[in-house]
Amino acid sequence: MTELTFGQGFALRDAAAVPVRTAPGLGFSFVGVEKRFGDQRVLNGIDLQVPAGQFIAIVGKSGCGKSTLLRLLAGLDQPTSGILRHDDVAAATSTRMMFQEPRLLPWARVADNVAVGLNGIASGVAARERSLRLLADVGLADRAGEWPSVLSGGQKQRVALARALVGQPRILALDEPLGALDALTRIEMQGLLERIWLSQRFTAVLVTHDVGEAVALADRVVVIKDGAIATDHAIDIPRPRRRGAPELAAFEGQILEDLLGV
Amino acid sequence: MLRQLRGAAIGWLLPLAIIFVWEALSRFGVIRAHVLPAPSAVATAFWKLLVSGELLENIGVSTARALGGLVIGGAIGFALGLANGLSIRSRELTDTTLQMIRNVPHLALIPLVILWFGIDEEAKLFLVALGVFFPIYVNTLLGIQTVDPQLVEMAKTYGMSRLELFRRVILPGALPSIFVGLRYALGIMWLTLIVAETIAAQSGIGHMAMEAREFLMLDVVVLSILIYALLGKLADSIARLFERLSLQWHPAYQGR
Ligand SMILES: Nc1ncnc2c1ncn2[C@@H]1O[C@H](COP(=O)(O)OP(=O)(O)OP(=O)(O)O)[C@@H](O)[C@H]1O
Ligand SMILES: [Mg+2]
Repeated sequence: MTELTFGQGFALRDAAAVPVRTAPGLGFSFVGVEKRFGDQRVLNGIDLQVPAGQFIAIVGKSGCGKSTLLRLLAGLDQPTSGILRHDDVAAATSTRMMFQEPRLLPWARVADNVAVGLNGIASGVAARERSLRLLADVGLADRAGEWPSVLSGGQKQRVALARALVGQPRILALDEPLGALDALTRIEMQGLLERIWLSQRFTAVLVTHDVGEAVALADRVVVIKDGAIATDHAIDIPRPRRRGAPELAAFEGQILEDLLGV
Repeated sequence: MLRQLRGAAIGWLLPLAIIFVWEALSRFGVIRAHVLPAPSAVATAFWKLLVSGELLENIGVSTARALGGLVIGGAIGFALGLANGLSIRSRELTDTTLQMIRNVPHLALIPLVILWFGIDEEAKLFLVALGVFFPIYVNTLLGIQTVDPQLVEMAKTYGMSRLELFRRVILPGALPSIFVGLRYALGIMWLTLIVAETIAAQSGIGHMAMEAREFLMLDVVVLSILIYALLGKLADSIARLFERLSLQWHPAYQGR
């Protein structure tokens, strides 16, 4: 039921009231960033400059340090050496992270879970209104009063997306947020993510295993190998992009080769 | 609703049948009155003690002791459980000691407690408090330690302060375990009180039973036992009600 309504709900709002951006995306750069756990060196000199508002995807083999990189970006960890520089230092804390699991509070109703994203930004009635608006954006307006445990996996992840977006982050870090979803829900969520990004223009950093997803969504795809950035592809294909278009397939082939090749 | 009522009614069939058979066997002299009095004799004793006011007074005294001990022991257990769950320093300092004390059965302290406090109220309060302390301490600590670290990490990325983290994530996460501790503590609370009142008291239900025993008033003894059982059941039902109200979010309590 709601799976169907979300497309329509969003289309309606899209035309009428695109959320007003008070703060556009925030650029940042990693300069010679290293991260070691004990004597295991996970990141080995990452140099990466990401301009404001870019949608960048990061791909790499399992265990190559993608999550570690995102955790540094989200401030959950500190680099062993090197620096992470934000274009506007004061705004560094406006980075939000979406994890592979929804990580909703089971004891808070759906709307209250979204309001967690407004911690320190808004409270009371204002917080409630903004949370409900974001829930409508992700097509879950009618589920605001439910407990998370009754939602499906895809719906939970949409609540997590609403929570990440409600505070108008300037950087959104996404660590395989769609990895656990079935193929159809996944494509639907990709569309939702792209539409929201197009209207809000935060800087999006998407870690994914799915190269098809990376080339469909991102302006730029970087491949991580041996703890450093191996290749950097600009996906200069205009949006809206058609899934399975030959230009996308060509990029996908190249990137897969980078990933698998020696 | 009707189905629920019928379900509850079915549950009472067997106890009623047992009472009926018991009464019949007593009337026909199969069960002698000095072994086990008939239900009707117990009911008469209940009525007499109720009218004289003795029964309610004793129930009041026992309940006050039970709740007093629960509040004191429970509060200390909860506070130490919180402290040791939230602070590694505090846990390192006190947990080993507490675990050592836990291995002493608290009822084994009765002779010592009588020497310390005589048979005054403090003796009963002390024993009940000591008995309920450990289940509440252990389960509060366990509840906090098993709060999902992924949720804690999530809360940090949204900039929650320590206080907010505690109020919105840690305490609700630990609550199911705390309730397990509370319900376990209620059982220990009554058990401790029964023993303490039977051995060293001048009022309360246990004392009423012991006094009746001296005068071979078996009906009052059986009545005391039944009242203990009812009080225990009542306490557990109240705890369950609170549990259901505060854990509505928990899948185990939904749709019931
Ligand atoms: N806290 C930690 N302590 C020790 N080692 C860690 C820690 N976090 C990550 N690692 C190690 O760092 C390496 C990279 O981990 P990371 O989670 O970043 O990989 P990943 O690229 O996200 O993999 P996947 O695609 O499977 O999610 C792994 O070998 C992992 O064991
Ligand atoms: Mg990972």
